Amino acid sequence: MSSTFFTASPHWRWLIVAYFFFGGLAAGSYFLATLLDLFGKDRRLVRLGYLVAFPVVCLCGLLLTADLGRPLRFWHMLVQSETFRPMLKTYSPMSSGAWALLGFGGCAFLSFVAVLVESGWFDWPALRRLSAPSPVGRVVTVIGTFLALYVAGYTGVLLAVSNRPIWADTTLLGVTFLISAVSTSAALLILLGGWGGVTGDSIHALERFDRAVLVLELLVIGALIVSLGRVAMVWLNGWGVLLVAMVLGGIAFPLVIGARPSVRGSLAPVLVLAGGLVLRAVIIFSSDGLR
Amino acid sequence: MAEPMGFFTDTTVCIGCKACEVACKEWNQLPAANGGVRTLSGDSYDNTRQLDGIHWRHVKFIEQFSADRRQGRWLMMSDVCKHCVHAGCLEVCPTGAIVRTEFDTVDIQSDACNGCRDCIGACPFGVIDINPVSGTAQKCTLCYDRLKGGLEPACAKACPTQSINFGTIVDLKKLAQARLGTLQRAGETRASLYGADEHMLGGLNSFYLLVDRPEVYGLPTDPKIPSRNLKPSAIWSVFGSVALTLMAMVSFRNRGTRDV
Repeated sequence: MSSTFFTASPHWRWLIVAYFFFGGLAAGSYFLATLLDLFGKDRRLVRLGYLVAFPVVCLCGLLLTADLGRPLRFWHMLVQSETFRPMLKTYSPMSSGAWALLGFGGCAFLSFVAVLVESGWFDWPALRRLSAPSPVGRVVTVIGTFLALYVAGYTGVLLAVSNRPIWADTTLLGVTFLISAVSTSAALLILLGGWGGVTGDSIHALERFDRAVLVLELLVIGALIVSLGRVAMVWLNGWGVLLVAMVLGGIAFPLVIGARPSVRGSLAPVLVLAGGLVLRAVIIFSSDGLR
Repeated sequence: MAEPMGFFTDTTVCIGCKACEVACKEWNQLPAANGGVRTLSGDSYDNTRQLDGIHWRHVKFIEQFSADRRQGRWLMMSDVCKHCVHAGCLEVCPTGAIVRTEFDTVDIQSDACNGCRDCIGACPFGVIDINPVSGTAQKCTLCYDRLKGGLEPACAKACPTQSINFGTIVDLKKLAQARLGTLQRAGETRASLYGADEHMLGGLNSFYLLVDRPEVYGLPTDPKIPSRNLKPSAIWSVFGSVALTLMAMVSFRNRGTRDV
């Protein structure tokens, strides 16, 4: 038996599942907005990505704070409570992740403001420099994108850097959550873009990209199960059934219907989003139940 | 720094009286479980069941009986934080609340802990949990306050059979080797030390003498440090990031309707 089965659960439940899901959406939307900005032509999806990222990352901060045993001490993650010196452990994913989340939140805020200025919601000439074509704006989005990738992936690494069953029995959770963050974010932008009237080649490019990412996600989840070896037997229960349902309903089915232009619509992206949430719930709760 | 201090628990002389549990609760002012309402486990004479935020000592009862109950023995083991030399909890703690003391023990500073619970899943032995009164993660402190005052930990003081031995690690290792030799000469070939050498997490400052496999006592055979997974997990994530970026570059290149 893996030595991970002799440990206790940290009782990370729905608040953390929600944080992993929304953190992935904020980070993935920012990543896609920057890549669409750098290599695409359609600014509407770029603006949408940056508009989504900031409010969602704020929600993430609230979810994490609410989950603490002592919520008012949330700042102990960043500042040592006695000396007021910065608190950073590079080898602790939760510590480095807290800083990454702070930095990403800052970049997401600046890019959010830039979009508001660009869209004419308010005009303050000094802020125009935050928009991407300007060097300042470009630096913010590139730094923000590196931090976004960190935020999207560190949550899985955090689970692996433990001694819990499933989590610490594989080293692929980080990359799994990262890819899922991007696939769900692409689905979110497709959905919101569709409602916002973005059509044609821009959306089709995003849909093609999402299908490619879903194929990658399928391969990585397969590799994850193989890497667990005998530990994967713990999924011979309801959680395993849910994981299979997630793979079929949240990846395979959207891939099949997405390939047919006639049945395109909201169904595929909604299923991809639901799949991302179920994936995180299965990973968290299936380990939580094992003392 | 003072000399490294710890426990050597000789499970062969434990009688399961739970005086250590009581002494620990009294000295450390730990609350009763379940609001003081008595609950029975129903399948064992042990009703404490586990170490957690309000049980820093736990006497395990391992009841080994054959189906016809002609053959049987009781194994008893007073379990506690192992005060690992390479401590997983200390490694992951993001607030710096978990520290190594001058006695080479591992202590959680309750006023710095914010209850994130990362240490609970990082502990290879399932020792830590939240104390509902403080809302912070708590475990055995090896009676840091008593050590500062020149006293031995409450559990060791209360133990009536010298199953729990407190002292310097050097002395305890000598004691453990002597006891192991005595038992083996007496024909107890199953006797072995658990965590007494540095192969296990750099050494456990609370180590044990067992007379069965570690799993029987609920102890992992091969406890590991959480950071073993850090580098490979990070590398896979970097590969994923590069792959996603390349895929996005190819997919979005000059796509889309030009729009302001």
